[in-house]
Amino acid sequence: MDSAKQEYAVGPVQSFLPQIGRVVTAGNLELAIFRTSDGAFYAVENSSPHPKGGPLAEGIVSGHYLYDPLYDWKIDLRSGEVQAPDHGTVATFPVSLDGDIVKVSLQQAVFQS
Amino acid sequence: MTVEREKLVLIGNGMAGVGTIEQILKLGGAYDITIFGSEPHPNYNRIMLSYVLEGSKSIEDIILNDRQWYEDNNITLHTGTTVVRIDEASRQIVTDNGMSVPYDKVIIATGSNSFILPVPGSTKDGVVGFRDIADCDAMLAAAQQYRTAAVIGGGLLGLEAAKGLVNLGMDVTVVHLLEDLMERQLDHTASSMLQAELERQGVKFAMGKQTVELTGEERVNGLRFSDGTELQSDFVVMAVGIKPNVQLAKDSGITVNRGIVVNDYLQTSMANVYSVGECTEHRGTCYGLVAPLFEQGMVLAKHLCGASTQPYEGSVVATKLKISGVDVFSAGDFTETAEHTVISAKDEWKRTYKKILLRNNIIVGAVLFGDVTESASLQKLVKQGTEMTDEIYGEVMGTGCCGGGSAKKGLSVETMADEEIVCGCNGVTKKAIVDAVTENGFTTVDEIKACTGATRSCGGCKPVVEQILQFVLGDSFQESAKQGICGCTTLSRDEIVAEITAKGLKTTKEVMNVLGWKQAEGCSKCRPAVNYYLGMIYPDTHEDEKESRFVNERMSANIQKDGTFTVIPRMYGGVTTPEDLRRIADVSLKYNVKVVKVTGGQRLDLVGIQKEDVPKVWEELDMPSGYGYAKSLRTVKTCVGSQFCRFGTQDSMGMGAFIERKYERLDLPAKFKIAVNGCPRNCAESCTKDIGIVGNDGGWEVFIGGNGGIKPRIADAFCKVKTDDELIEICSAVIQYYRETGNYLERTSEWVERMGLENIQNVILNNEDNRKELAARIDFALAQVTDPWKKMLNDDSTRTALFEKARV
Ligand SMILES: Cc1cc2nc3c(=O)[nH]c(=O)nc-3n(C[C@H](O)[C@H](O)[C@H](O)COP(=O)(O)OP(=O)(O)OC[C@H]3O[C@@H](n4cnc5c(N)ncnc54)[C@H](O)[C@@H]3O)c2cc1C
Ligand code: SF4
Ligand code: FES
Repeated sequence: MDSAKQEYAVGPVQSFLPQIGRVVTAGNLELAIFRTSDGAFYAVENSSPHPKGGPLAEGIVSGHYLYDPLYDWKIDLRSGEVQAPDHGTVATFPVSLDGDIVKVSLQQAVFQS
Repeated sequence: MTVEREKLVLIGNGMAGVGTIEQILKLGGAYDITIFGSEPHPNYNRIMLSYVLEGSKSIEDIILNDRQWYEDNNITLHTGTTVVRIDEASRQIVTDNGMSVPYDKVIIATGSNSFILPVPGSTKDGVVGFRDIADCDAMLAAAQQYRTAAVIGGGLLGLEAAKGLVNLGMDVTVVHLLEDLMERQLDHTASSMLQAELERQGVKFAMGKQTVELTGEERVNGLRFSDGTELQSDFVVMAVGIKPNVQLAKDSGITVNRGIVVNDYLQTSMANVYSVGECTEHRGTCYGLVAPLFEQGMVLAKHLCGASTQPYEGSVVATKLKISGVDVFSAGDFTETAEHTVISAKDEWKRTYKKILLRNNIIVGAVLFGDVTESASLQKLVKQGTEMTDEIYGEVMGTGCCGGGSAKKGLSVETMADEEIVCGCNGVTKKAIVDAVTENGFTTVDEIKACTGATRSCGGCKPVVEQILQFVLGDSFQESAKQGICGCTTLSRDEIVAEITAKGLKTTKEVMNVLGWKQAEGCSKCRPAVNYYLGMIYPDTHEDEKESRFVNERMSANIQKDGTFTVIPRMYGGVTTPEDLRRIADVSLKYNVKVVKVTGGQRLDLVGIQKEDVPKVWEELDMPSGYGYAKSLRTVKTCVGSQFCRFGTQDSMGMGAFIERKYERLDLPAKFKIAVNGCPRNCAESCTKDIGIVGNDGGWEVFIGGNGGIKPRIADAFCKVKTDDELIEICSAVIQYYRETGNYLERTSEWVERMGLENIQNVILNNEDNRKELAARIDFALAQVTDPWKKMLNDDSTRTALFEKARV
């Protein structure tokens, strides 16, 4: 089934620095994974909704907000929503912790290009 | 099942037309919308072209609705397509590329064209108007290539164009037919104050000159005036006025006078065809500013959505010039006639001027120069045709005679209609602002700006927004809340630095907690700033916070727009060796570097390296980091100097390399560039560097505060020294003083102007103890720095986390 979701391990907690994003590739999808200062993890597609695109992983993280590295758009990591006055949305993916291992939930379809 | 919606076609993808569509969408209008625009761009903020030219905004910054917006709202957009006719019989519109599109309703919003003087030579190359992105691009390109420019027309647009070109480094003369600038908005007094101010800013004027010919072959090379005199010029901007763009309406048989004639509901003479914006003539007037166009758009949108609306009855226009440091405002009548009573006040020392015109004791017009704080109240008073009273007089003339003036501030916004446009640039109504305050609990102008867009463009509406805030919030409003370093705090840089020292705060987190930041972890503006201040205050103990660094500094390489990185090896003083060049070439080949670029600062940019390869590139280059990404010393540009040059009196290469080695790696408030020349011929261009050093027969001459970037500035002569040791001590003291007093991201060009050259000279030249202490402090800080590339290569876990992609 194309739409089936599955959890994929992306590495141990320690391989993610607090407030610094990390790029994770999953099939033909590139994710940016963030560990916020309260220990929570968020995953978004590593592609800015800005018309000129660009990566997100290198942005500055503050609380659960991300300031994108190229255009300084403020993005809510929880919903993927770009904050006013700019607008747009980034795809977000559920993340869970299995003991020490960070797992992202993805459609299996991303691996079938 | 889909319901057939009525087809609405908008001709003209500009500010008025798209503004109207935005209103229709807000009102939930059920139309199937198609938009045609001649320009290749989506809808942008034309007003801000002046900022693009001035260099403070890019074209991307001024896009109002990107293509996604059209898609999101199911609007079919045809850019680069000009509509040539509306065919009433078949109810179709026809385009230049042969499309026919059926319609139920049409809005014409074709704006205006620049008026080009019909004089011989006006079609030569190098002559442009100032209207759209293409014109703006032409001006930016001309400034790269040519030196002199003439702007014909001393109105709002001409002056903004002239200032923009001056900022781009051109020698600019404004040619004006009359003796007064902006004669349609200002009286003689305000106009001459304006001219004097602009002359101070570097604009030249040729007043009372009628241009009769543009000379030159293919390309323009000068202007000839009716009095026989000439002006040499490589480039000409025509800003003499605008012409409503009515060709399409004419060709379709719609009644046209100067503009397309409409009634109070914006209906043209053709059924189902409406017109808004600059192309429109309403009650005999064509408007050339956005506020009236948004007012028209609002009425039209409501009309098209079947909502009840007052008819459009014309607008009172107010003007503000968008040139920094020049505050001019005018509203309503400004030239006095016998029937006016005039109240005026001129202050030659403060360079301010204020004039209010009354007719039968009703306030009908106002002019302000130099201090425009009263502009909002005056605009309201004129608009409402208010009668002058002692109270109002006291308030607007600021005599303070009756006291309590400020308590009355809310007066005019109280009576303002909900639908009235407060921010003309962005079409924001009073109601939208009031709603933002009451529904979201916003209390500052910044929050209102983020939510509604008001004050985002020219800023002219800020006083009214503040008054609305005050009116709605009453006592809970803090008089124009003090501006902090960013939206997270109201504290200024100096206050933050003082608090850090006084309270012994050690991390950004602590600073933000203790000093009551609004957003607990700050934002992309304050985090890097606070991290810098901490490092400056505690050079030996502050643990640099990678997570508070901009990506470039965190990665020690420059991010490019496609997410690849640029690496710059250090080349001290711009000197390299054949061996190093070979190594750079080998590594570039191995890692598929996209471009090897020689930079303006005499080094090599290796552009387009994949993120995960960056550490390997450093390792294999095995050279120090060139800090092309950092807020620190970038390069020391040198000429060949006495080692080889026949004119050279000092060893500029040697001194340049020494200086670069000495000050490299240290964090500074902003990027920093130095140049060293062997003699006053100045081949390494010291006049545009933060510190420029020029060798002469008896020693060195030092210049500071130069800049070649967006706001070019020629460096100020700082001092002359005899020995190399003195030179180094002076450089150390200047850099350290800047480190300790500069605002984060403030270049020395701004710093010198803010602190005052004399003050800096006093601190450093007239006080030897002070100078030595500054030099000792920088040496202490310098002792702590290490090469970030080496450091990162030795730190496996950080390097992996930062550069390597994980895979699932
Ligand atoms: C540099 C500059 C600075 C300015 N500064 C200010 C300011 O500070 N304050 C202020 O209030 N105003 C300012 N203005 C004026 C303001 O920009 C205009 O009043 C406003 O943009 C007019 O809006 P509009 O929609 O009527 O026309 P426009 O914004 O010009 O839009 C008309 C559009 O229609 C397109 N078009 C024309 N004919 C056709 C056709 N047949 N088919 C398809 N498309 C067509 C054009 O290409 C254009 O894009 C400034 C203007 C300029 C150029
Ligand atoms: S600045 Fe003087 S010493 Fe240096 S290259 Fe030019 S002429 Fe020669
Ligand atoms: S009126 Fe220009 S920003 Fe509001």
